[in-house]
Amino acid sequence: MKDVNYRTVVAGAIREEMERDERVFLMGQGVQAGGSYMTCEGLFDLFGPDRVRDTPISEDSVVGCAVGAAITGLRPIVEILYCDFALRAMDQIANQAAKYRYMSGGRMAAPMVIRTSCGYGASRAAQHSQSLESMFFHFPGLKIALPSSAYTAKGLMKSAIRDDNPVIIMESFQFYRTAGPAPEGDYTIPLGKAEVKKEGTDITLLAISAMVPQAMKAADSLAGEGIDVEVIDPLTLVPLDMETIVNSVQKTNRLLVVEGGTKRGGVGSEIIASVVEEAFDHLDCPPSRLAVPNTPIPFASNMEDLVLPNSASIANAIRRMLR
Amino acid sequence: MEISREILIGMYSKMLLLRRFDEKVVELYRSGMKGLYHLTAGGEAVAVGVCSALSQDDYILSTHRGKGHYLAKGGDLQAILAEFMEKQTGCNRGKGGPMHIIDPSVGMLGANGIVGSSLPIACGAALSAKLRRSGQVAAAFFGDGAANSGVWHECMNLAGIWKLPVIFVCENNFYQESVPVSRHSSIQDLYARAAGYNIPGYGIDGMDVSAVYEAAVEAVQRAKRGDGATMLECKTYRFHGHSEADPTKGLRYRSGEELAAWLEKCPLKQAKARLLERGWIADAELEAIDQRCTQGIEEAVNFAKSSPDVPAEWALKDVFTDDQGEICHEGC
Repeated sequence: MKDVNYRTVVAGAIREEMERDERVFLMGQGVQAGGSYMTCEGLFDLFGPDRVRDTPISEDSVVGCAVGAAITGLRPIVEILYCDFALRAMDQIANQAAKYRYMSGGRMAAPMVIRTSCGYGASRAAQHSQSLESMFFHFPGLKIALPSSAYTAKGLMKSAIRDDNPVIIMESFQFYRTAGPAPEGDYTIPLGKAEVKKEGTDITLLAISAMVPQAMKAADSLAGEGIDVEVIDPLTLVPLDMETIVNSVQKTNRLLVVEGGTKRGGVGSEIIASVVEEAFDHLDCPPSRLAVPNTPIPFASNMEDLVLPNSASIANAIRRMLR
Repeated sequence: MEISREILIGMYSKMLLLRRFDEKVVELYRSGMKGLYHLTAGGEAVAVGVCSALSQDDYILSTHRGKGHYLAKGGDLQAILAEFMEKQTGCNRGKGGPMHIIDPSVGMLGANGIVGSSLPIACGAALSAKLRRSGQVAAAFFGDGAANSGVWHECMNLAGIWKLPVIFVCENNFYQESVPVSRHSSIQDLYARAAGYNIPGYGIDGMDVSAVYEAAVEAVQRAKRGDGATMLECKTYRFHGHSEADPTKGLRYRSGEELAAWLEKCPLKQAKARLLERGWIADAELEAIDQRCTQGIEEAVNFAKSSPDVPAEWALKDVFTDDQGEICHEGC
């Protein structure tokens, strides 16, 4: 299997789904030119202006349009460049899309995908560096996928487009510059199945999105010290594969969750609470979170490096927990 | 356009149904029915005039004040009353209530509890119709208050650039809850804003069902021709308070004289006078129409009362289509 660029894989997955199902169409600011991160390259030439639609910078109404199209038989994909901008559309995401199925008593469905990016480490400061998965995580009715490789980007995208529910796909923009193996042709990765990236016996390290490569790096360096880390990438936060997480904790008896979002009310808080409820007796030390301290993301690189977890801080946290 | 006897009688009957339905809702609410009820009375001509210009498979999106729109679109009296009374047979299976009525079988894609939020959904339904080449149109009802929401301006622009088959129906009843339009809007004729989005906008007497119907027919034709959106600002008035939680009929922020003057313009009174004046209807037939409305509502109340309550455990269903998104663990 040859390596493929992450953003090429994203465009390819959308293209294959648009070829497969004429109900699928794409909306976003600049998608006709290929998207600001070139994740939609070539789609306009293939599908034209009806199915690849440039939009005004009107996140609220564009997401609302997707809701309206979804409940009347189409399968829209909306690109919102940064998840920071999705705050503009939170009424449509949280009050409308997420609740249509429920409020209609199961009579309607809103099969739609919102693609957005999260990420940090590029000196983009407080309004272009957030990881807001915990915000979406709060609302029942949204599925959330965070692909962390070219392979998962394609498989999860295809599953999301085929899913009958609203799915938020958060792509960390760090990954856009990376490449990895991804098979040609059709395959899907189920929403709700975590990936054990590395097996280990001493501690479960649950890493989200761009923290996955940092976690792998930390696990590598700790291996040299005789510490055997099990790295898990949940891939989707809703549904969340608690079975894989709990099984791992029952084996390792320790849990560290690492994420790029704010610590308070973060995804790690919820996952740890659930693990404590289900596997308290298996824990040998208090489970722990590594996340952004409760500050916005600063501009200057040295400050940004300080607030974000990385392989070194992950390794240090694990050493402390095993002491 | 000359409105036929048949259409005018049909619209009068529908308006009377909406009025009698309101009266029944008040009665049930006062005897303990739960929920927040925003009544239609005064606004019947807008709901009925617009919906009479639509086909069954056209879409409507509505507001917190959505009961009249639903019934005007051909909604099911039994399903809506069963919903209010928390029954299994309710149109939302007990999960929506008066502010979230949804019934895709008549194109009612949803009332909405958030002011302005149904507007982009209507644009999306219109976009969908356009992409599917189905010939359907979408009508979006909203109030004067919604016209100041950011999303309204976004939607007018979207509909303008994409030439969407959508009709923006503004029910300007002069009050955003308790705040008069003179205090919440920079202009008093809201339809004038449409020009800024390259959309034709019209000011309509919203108490005259014929005027609303004629304007709506033209808007539907424009949409179906592929010429895009229309905004109809229908000036109307609500005869009750913002909701039935205000039993003063809004008299803490508007005058009794003002209310009385608008009651004179009652859309039912006007339509009835026109029918009589043209000799299109006799007293006996008017009586028969009223009886049919009352009887239909009574039957629906009986249906709802005899329907089984929604089972409480339904609360855990329908979050997702596959119901597997949230794994409910023991004890939670």
